[in-house]
Amino acid sequence: MRVTLLATVMPPAADEPSCYSAVVNEWWCFQYVDDRRGEIIDATVQHLQITVAALVLAVVIALPLAMTARRFPRLESGILGLSTAVYTIPSLALFPFFLPFTGLTATTVVLGLALYALTVLVRAMLDGLRAVPDDVRESAVGLGYGPTGALLRIELPLALPVFMAGLRIAAVSTVALTTVGALLSYGGLGNLIQHGVARNFRAELLTASVLCVLLALLLDVLIVLTQRILTPWTHGSRL
Amino acid sequence: MSVFGDTWNYLLDPASWSGQDGMLTLLGQQMVLTVTALLLALSIGLPVALTLGHLGRGGFVAINISNVGRAVPTFALLAVLVTADWPGTATFGPYGRAGLATLVALTLFALPPIITNAYAAVREVPADVVQAAVGMGMTGPQTFRRVELPLALPLVVSGIRLALVQVWATATIAALVAGPGLGRVITDGFAANYYGKGIAGAVVVAGVALVLEGASALLQRAADPVPRTRPTRGSGQSSDRAPKISSVAGPAGH
Repeated sequence: MRVTLLATVMPPAADEPSCYSAVVNEWWCFQYVDDRRGEIIDATVQHLQITVAALVLAVVIALPLAMTARRFPRLESGILGLSTAVYTIPSLALFPFFLPFTGLTATTVVLGLALYALTVLVRAMLDGLRAVPDDVRESAVGLGYGPTGALLRIELPLALPVFMAGLRIAAVSTVALTTVGALLSYGGLGNLIQHGVARNFRAELLTASVLCVLLALLLDVLIVLTQRILTPWTHGSRL
Repeated sequence: MSVFGDTWNYLLDPASWSGQDGMLTLLGQQMVLTVTALLLALSIGLPVALTLGHLGRGGFVAINISNVGRAVPTFALLAVLVTADWPGTATFGPYGRAGLATLVALTLFALPPIITNAYAAVREVPADVVQAAVGMGMTGPQTFRRVELPLALPLVVSGIRLALVQVWATATIAALVAGPGLGRVITDGFAANYYGKGIAGAVVVAGVALVLEGASALLQRAADPVPRTRPTRGSGQSSDRAPKISSVAGPAGH
C-alpha cells in the first residue's frame, strides 16, 4: 500500500537521481543552481561585499601613502619595499596575523586583502604621477596653480589612466583571493568551494568557481567603463 | 595576549618541528614541491615565450595569459583538481597527499608570470640593437643568443621571481584542499581552535617566503649585465619603460 502511494507522489524523475545527488555527482547541474539559489546568492553577495570593502580601504590608504612617497623621495624605496615584502607573504599565512586583533570576522579578511591591493595601487599611483609630462606640470605652475591645485586639477586626472590600470589588476586579483577567506569562514564563494571539497560535491564547487571568475570579469568591465567616463580624452584622441 | 604566548610556545616546542607531521617534514615537502613546479614551469614556459618573443608572434596570448591567471582563484583550481577523478587526492611520491593535483596547480600558476615577462623582455630589446646585430652578419639564432637573451635576462629573471612567490603561496593554499605542505599547520590550527598553532604556521610560511624573495632578488642583481647604481625593480631597460612593463606583468594573485 505504502509503496504504491510513494510511486504516485514521486514525480517520474525519481527513477533517475537528480544530477547533483552523491550517486551521479555531475560537474554541471542546473538543478543545483535552482535548488540552492538562496545559498548561492548569499555567498555571492558576501564575496562582493568583502572584495569591495577591501578595495575601497586600499584606495583610501594608498592615496596618502603615494603622496608621502612623492613628497619625500627618501621614503619612497622604504614604502615600496615594505609593501612588496607584504605581497610576498601567502594569503593563507597573512590572515592569521590579524586574528589576535580582529578575531574570526570578515574584518580580518578585508584587512588582509586590502594590504595586497595596496601594493599594486601605491605602485600604480606613483607610476601614474611620474607619467605626467614635466612641461605640463610647468605650464600649470605658469598658469598660477599652487602645489595643491596642480595636484588635484592637473596631475591626478592625468595620472588616472595608469592608476585605473592598477586598480583593474588589484580588483581582479582581490576577487580571486577572497576565496581564501574560507579559512575564517568568510570567503564568500570560497565557503562553497571549501564545502564542495569537503563533501566531494562537484556541482557546488564548480558553480562557485565559475561565478568567481565571472565576478572578476564583471568588476573588470565596470572599472573600464568608469575609466572611459572619467577620462573622456583618452579615447577621444585615439579615434 | 595568550594567543601570542601559544604561538611562541608552539614555535619553541621541539615536538612541533619533528616527526611525521612536524613542521620540518612539511617544510621540506613544500620546498620540494615548489622547486619541482618551478622547474617544470620554466622548462615549459621559457622556450615557448622566448621563441615567440624572438619571432615577434603570439603577443596577445603571451600578455593576456597573466590576466587569465589572475582571475582564476588558485583555491578553485586546486579544488577542481582534487575532486576530479584524475589527479584526485592520491598520494604522489615525495609530494604527499594530493601531491600530483598540487603539482599540476602550482605549475599552471607559475606559467603566466614566466611567459608574460620573458616575452616582454625579448620584445623590449631595442630594435636598433637587433638591427645592428643583423647588420654585422649575425644569423637569427646568433642574434637571439648573443644579443637578445643577455639584454632580456634581468626581466626574465624578474618573471621567475614573481613565479617563485606565486608557487610558494599556492603551495600553502593547497592545505585548504587537504593537500601537502606547511599550510596544513595553519588549517589544522584553525580547525582545532588552536590559533597559536595556526599563527605559528603562518610565521614560518611568511618567513620562508621573505627569505626566498630576498635570495631571488640577489640572484636578479647578479643576472643584470649592466649593473645599475640604483636598480629599479622589474626593469632591465631604461627607467621610463619600467612602469609599462610592471603594469603588464605585475604581481599575480595568490
